[in-house]
Amino acid sequence: MENRLYLSSSPHVYAGATTDAIMRQVIYALLPACAAGIYFFGLPALVLLILCTAGCVGFEALGQKLMQQKLAIRDGSAALTGILLALNLPPSCPWWLALLGSFVAIVIAKQIYGGLGYNPFNPALVARVVLLISFPVQMTRWTAPAPLGSGIDAVSTATPLGAAKEAVMLHGQLPADLQSGFGSYLLGHQAGCLGEVSALLLLLGGLYLLWKKIITWQIPVSYLGTVVVLGGLFWLIDGSRYPDPVFHLLTGGLMLGAFFMATDMVTSPVTTRGMLVYGTGCGLMTVLIRLFGGYPEGVSFAILLMNAATPLIDRYTQPKKFGLVAEQA
Amino acid sequence: MKLKTFPGGLHPPDNKQWSAHKPIETCPLPAELIVPLSQHIGAPAIPCVAAGDVVKKGQVIGEAKGFVSVPVHAPTSGTVAAVEDRLHPMGKALPAVVITPDGDDAWGELPPPLDVQSASVNELRDRLRDCGIVGMGGATFPAHVKLSPPEEKPIHTLILNGVECEPYLTADHRLMLEEAETILDGIAILQKILGVKQTYLGIEANKPDAIALMEKACAGRDIEVVPLEVKYPQGAEKQLILAIAGCEVPSGGLPMDVGVVVQNVGTCAAVADAVLRGIPLIERIATVSGPGIKEPKNLKIRIGMPLAHLVEQCGGLNGEPAKIIMGGPMMGMTQLSLAVPATRGTSGLLLFTAENVPLRPEGPCIRCGRCVRACPAHILPTTIAAYARLDLFEEAEQFNAMDCIECGCCTYSCPAALPLVQAIRHAKGAILAQRRKV
Repeated sequence: MENRLYLSSSPHVYAGATTDAIMRQVIYALLPACAAGIYFFGLPALVLLILCTAGCVGFEALGQKLMQQKLAIRDGSAALTGILLALNLPPSCPWWLALLGSFVAIVIAKQIYGGLGYNPFNPALVARVVLLISFPVQMTRWTAPAPLGSGIDAVSTATPLGAAKEAVMLHGQLPADLQSGFGSYLLGHQAGCLGEVSALLLLLGGLYLLWKKIITWQIPVSYLGTVVVLGGLFWLIDGSRYPDPVFHLLTGGLMLGAFFMATDMVTSPVTTRGMLVYGTGCGLMTVLIRLFGGYPEGVSFAILLMNAATPLIDRYTQPKKFGLVAEQA
Repeated sequence: MKLKTFPGGLHPPDNKQWSAHKPIETCPLPAELIVPLSQHIGAPAIPCVAAGDVVKKGQVIGEAKGFVSVPVHAPTSGTVAAVEDRLHPMGKALPAVVITPDGDDAWGELPPPLDVQSASVNELRDRLRDCGIVGMGGATFPAHVKLSPPEEKPIHTLILNGVECEPYLTADHRLMLEEAETILDGIAILQKILGVKQTYLGIEANKPDAIALMEKACAGRDIEVVPLEVKYPQGAEKQLILAIAGCEVPSGGLPMDVGVVVQNVGTCAAVADAVLRGIPLIERIATVSGPGIKEPKNLKIRIGMPLAHLVEQCGGLNGEPAKIIMGGPMMGMTQLSLAVPATRGTSGLLLFTAENVPLRPEGPCIRCGRCVRACPAHILPTTIAAYARLDLFEEAEQFNAMDCIECGCCTYSCPAALPLVQAIRHAKGAILAQRRKV
């Protein structure tokens, strides 16, 4: 008997949470948004989801095999990246763009840096931005939602943010019908990326993650809060030129970004105060890019820029260690 | 009312239901007692008996060496079989006095009872040293040293630790239920030695019966019972002081720096026995539990009883043991064998079977921040551990590795199964070794 005893340094019990389980929970939380994407954009959306997920998992396996590493696709991180990538692509995006995006996300943005846990930038967002810059035509060809069974054909249209930006650039003021679509924006009846259309279902998924304690409130609340406050400020200054905060919240990639992309653990701060700084930074950059940048949407760029700042934020927001106050007193 | 506590920490399943309702049982004597000469923090005792000597219960068999040291006493009457190196809970063979009990359990000559009112503080403190009283929460720091604060650090507050935040352990809980009067006698002695203004008894809210009973017993005395939130490591000294007294012990400092002394309730009972009855520390309460034990129990054990003997008293092993833990599951030490003896710091003995010892493949850190949020020392465990594993100890120290209290919350919470606290311990050891060299 004595030979089979384990010797180890304490602790000897562990919480149940594992990396695999965390990834699985995030995937579950994204399912409503995936379902909405498929509902509004039909078969192409489903194909895109499958392509990206299979692509990411495939490249992860291939890369790990070539580098003679242990196969770790079961941790679910590649599948999650695939789903997030699909949700960040226009529904009409061609199949080869989806596969190229998967390659960029997994190989360029993740494995080259050392794989899970070591990538400084969110892989799905790197892929989206690389594709956006390299293939601007395909990446900005938006289609109006054509709900399943409605019999409507997909027609080209602009995203609400795109329409707003264009109107401001051409006429110096927002289109007149801007506010009219709030109800449908909330549910998902807007043009945009596959997973950006339904603010309500994204919020639902985000709340699920908060409830399951997979993410904490700091990043989404500070991100959304900053957008509302700063967006609101500009709206108060000139409501004809700058859209109101509700429009900011319900359109584009903000909900997906705030709950699922900015909260990517690997690329966001670990300290509680750092999360607030990071979320606020994301909000700031998003509003500035949306209102004054060359692109109508700024969520991807904002999060990537703040990803770059994460190590610095972590360094300067370390928690006050126990017993420091008394020492100084 | 919101219960008092500290920021950070977590709540592992407490598993106290196995033994919390079981009254303390006196464990019969085994065929052989192995009494280690090093059962406290500080210099080991010097043996003053030799093989063949006849000893009486309570007789000194090892003398204290220096100020930070205490003597060791014979736990029963009998014959000294050997004075030799035996496997110690620390994991190596260390000097011990091996006694074959004669079965009479006859007391030797004990020091006379002291009258708390008339005895001087020095007399009381000397008695505690002579009776081998050490901190019984597990740290085994000699009580007389802790009760001798330097003059420039006046002590105004005494905090009694009845928290018992380690899962499975119920020894202090049972002691409070069954020996409240002895604990109170001990508290009165500690109050007299320290001359404190305030006395608090902290108990975790998962022991409502102990809280009610102690509140009743403390009525009319100068002791306030403070129910505390159920959270690990609520019983850690500095976390307990923060919860009750509201002040943080300075980093690198001691409780006396904020005018506080903390003592475990088990220590209080031992103090009362030593002063009022002249009885040295030769027995204690220990919880024997875990899935690998047939009948979990709270036992009154003699120091030096082999762990195998305690297991036998609890119905024997339940399946094949995979891990023997002395203490609790969060900070206890795994043992090489059940031949190891119980010591003054043995608050519990846990037996885990193979299914309780998951072999968890380690993954990369996904920077989820769980360790950071759980850390009661408010440091960054994952960062320090990453440096420690690269042997970058200077960087680990810059990130406050030395402030780690080794509670294990980080490793407990890590989804990637990283040995975080273990790596930090490694760094702390290296940093201390470096400091000694300089």
